[in-house]
Amino acid sequence: MTVAAGTPLVEMRNISVAFGGLHAVRDVSIDLFAGEVLGLVGGNGAGKSTLMRVLSGAQPADKGEIRVNGEVVELRNPRDAKALNIETIYQTLALADNIDAPGNLFLGRELTTRVGSLDDSSMESETRKIMGRLNPNFTRFALPVRSLSGGQRQAVAIARAVYFNARILIMDEPTAALGPAETGQVRNLVRQLKDQGIGIFLISHDIHDVFDLSDRISVMYHGRIVDTVQKDDVDPDGVLGMIILGKKPDEVTETDKAEIELRG
Amino acid sequence: MTNLAEAAPVPGVQPPARTSIRGLIAQTEIDLRLFGMLVVLAGILLAFNILSGGKFFQPTNMVTLAVQASGVAVIATGMVLIIVSRNIDLSVGSLVGFIAMTYALLMTDWMPHLLGMGPDFPFRWAIALGLGILLGAGFGAIQGFIIAYVGVPSFIVTLGGLLTIRGLVWYLSSGAAVSGLDPGFQLVGGGALGSIGGTMTWIVGVIGCLAIVALLINGRRQRRRYGFPVRPMWAEATLAVIGCVAVIGLAAFANNNFWPKGLAERYATQNNIPIPAGGLLIPTGFPNPIMLLLAVTLVMTFIATRRRFGRYVYAYGGNPDATELAGINTRWTILKTYVLMGVLCALAAAIAAARLNGATLDVGQSYELYVIAAAVVGGTSFAGGIGTIPGAVLGAFVMQSLAYGLSFMGVNSPGQNVVAGIVLILAVGFDTFNRRRGS
Repeated sequence: MTVAAGTPLVEMRNISVAFGGLHAVRDVSIDLFAGEVLGLVGGNGAGKSTLMRVLSGAQPADKGEIRVNGEVVELRNPRDAKALNIETIYQTLALADNIDAPGNLFLGRELTTRVGSLDDSSMESETRKIMGRLNPNFTRFALPVRSLSGGQRQAVAIARAVYFNARILIMDEPTAALGPAETGQVRNLVRQLKDQGIGIFLISHDIHDVFDLSDRISVMYHGRIVDTVQKDDVDPDGVLGMIILGKKPDEVTETDKAEIELRG
Repeated sequence: MTNLAEAAPVPGVQPPARTSIRGLIAQTEIDLRLFGMLVVLAGILLAFNILSGGKFFQPTNMVTLAVQASGVAVIATGMVLIIVSRNIDLSVGSLVGFIAMTYALLMTDWMPHLLGMGPDFPFRWAIALGLGILLGAGFGAIQGFIIAYVGVPSFIVTLGGLLTIRGLVWYLSSGAAVSGLDPGFQLVGGGALGSIGGTMTWIVGVIGCLAIVALLINGRRQRRRYGFPVRPMWAEATLAVIGCVAVIGLAAFANNNFWPKGLAERYATQNNIPIPAGGLLIPTGFPNPIMLLLAVTLVMTFIATRRRFGRYVYAYGGNPDATELAGINTRWTILKTYVLMGVLCALAAAIAAARLNGATLDVGQSYELYVIAAAVVGGTSFAGGIGTIPGAVLGAFVMQSLAYGLSFMGVNSPGQNVVAGIVLILAVGFDTFNRRRGS
């Protein structure tokens, strides 16, 4: 698939984030189009999660500019991002373990009655509806999410992002904690959402996930983007090389290749 | 809604089995921990009754016990939210002392001399109460701001508050005790006149029953409307009957407490009522501080379970990062818990001052310890995210019954402390053991 023309859904320009002396993200520019899945890969500490935390409002950028639909936006906190329909599924899931699934799904955006009280019944009803689509086996609506399985917890986290009409979805390692069947479900969901015109940033360690789902792949290395490539122009080995060495394939020397061999 | 997934239980979660007693109880969806606390409380009262040869379990004793517990219980409802959100408030006792002294000085000195409100000024007691509540909210806001926005640990901030505010009490009155509150204000503290009376007590009892039935019916209708599973009918009926019997029983019990003989006779002669043989029996009914505690418990439970603020407090306790990432203004939420706490301290201070008809330097001394003990015995966890308001109120009653019962048996105050300390550790130890086994 080729990249859609026109204004990108998201443009991040020259983003930098430093923690003390550590430059987690350096001068990174990246964009995302509607209906596109952009795979974001890189080793541990490459800056993928930090970059995405900037977009979800959880981490203010030190420098740089973000545009959504061509307009400059300011993302000071997660509320700002959510107001722009930027939803995030965090690697940690970010669930309050002591609260039930409907409570987590609507956390911060509770449905209320006319007098402003929590409308638990309609929240449970809505949760039942969306879970019926995402994970039909899900029945434990009244239990704290602590007592749910990993897959069920993941389903709650995904439902939360999908329910509120996300236009931009950030998925940080969405399949890391899942079994094969559940991973399959998540992959199907990603394709569905993409068909609905949602732009998706997909962070994953799993190179197969990335190749299976992405349209383009951006490789990060030590806080910088090594390269952003069309998926069809590369093979997994080439991407792996960029992840490990932080160099584009045509810059790789014989010694580098030997090093890859050495690391398996 | 049956589902295949029901057949494959998640580890650690047992679906309610219909045959066992545990299963039957599970179907009523009663909070087992709360139910257990009630059983423990009843057991303590019963044990003291047996030990004292039947003298303990008399309305006078029970009413006194309840009034004594009410101040700590009122504050404990707020301490639940503070501890649930992974904080602590050690300053409550000092704040109670400060506000109690303020009430006393307002009515004896400041109102007549500074504000031009003589003893005949209407609703002086209510104005004093209102100012006390504002003061409590103000102190709470300052401490809450330092904790939530500046980021100083709550233990340190409120430990500082404990010392500072207790010191300020001395400066308020230059070290003197102050007495002589307005008669209207004294009614907050209970006693024969400070109770709602026999008729009102029955009315409250009936309203309570109607409320229980209405809540059950409304809950059932809500769940029906959305097609959720509902409790079996027998469980609903059992809950309604148990609830109503308990409420009416309490009302009847409180109405078996009568005005002191002298007061009743004076009242009779003043109102030209003939005194029947055997003395005039005027039921006191529920004391005002208990009505205040009831109102506080209902409002706080509503806030904790039915309002966004309460949901955010629990969510923060369960996972602070997730709550922040969900776009919730967590700092503002934490600040509000301390403001609420200050307001509750003002109410407890009103009860304490009214009971004393004044204030001394040590009103509210050690309250923070009793309040924290009540919350923790009532099932509030220091790990955060877990705790209920009714549990904390029950916890306050459990601790107070022990203290009152022991003193009734002639055990002195150090002895009571020894028992209270051991019970605190046992209660939490048992709870921890239970939770570990349960998960």
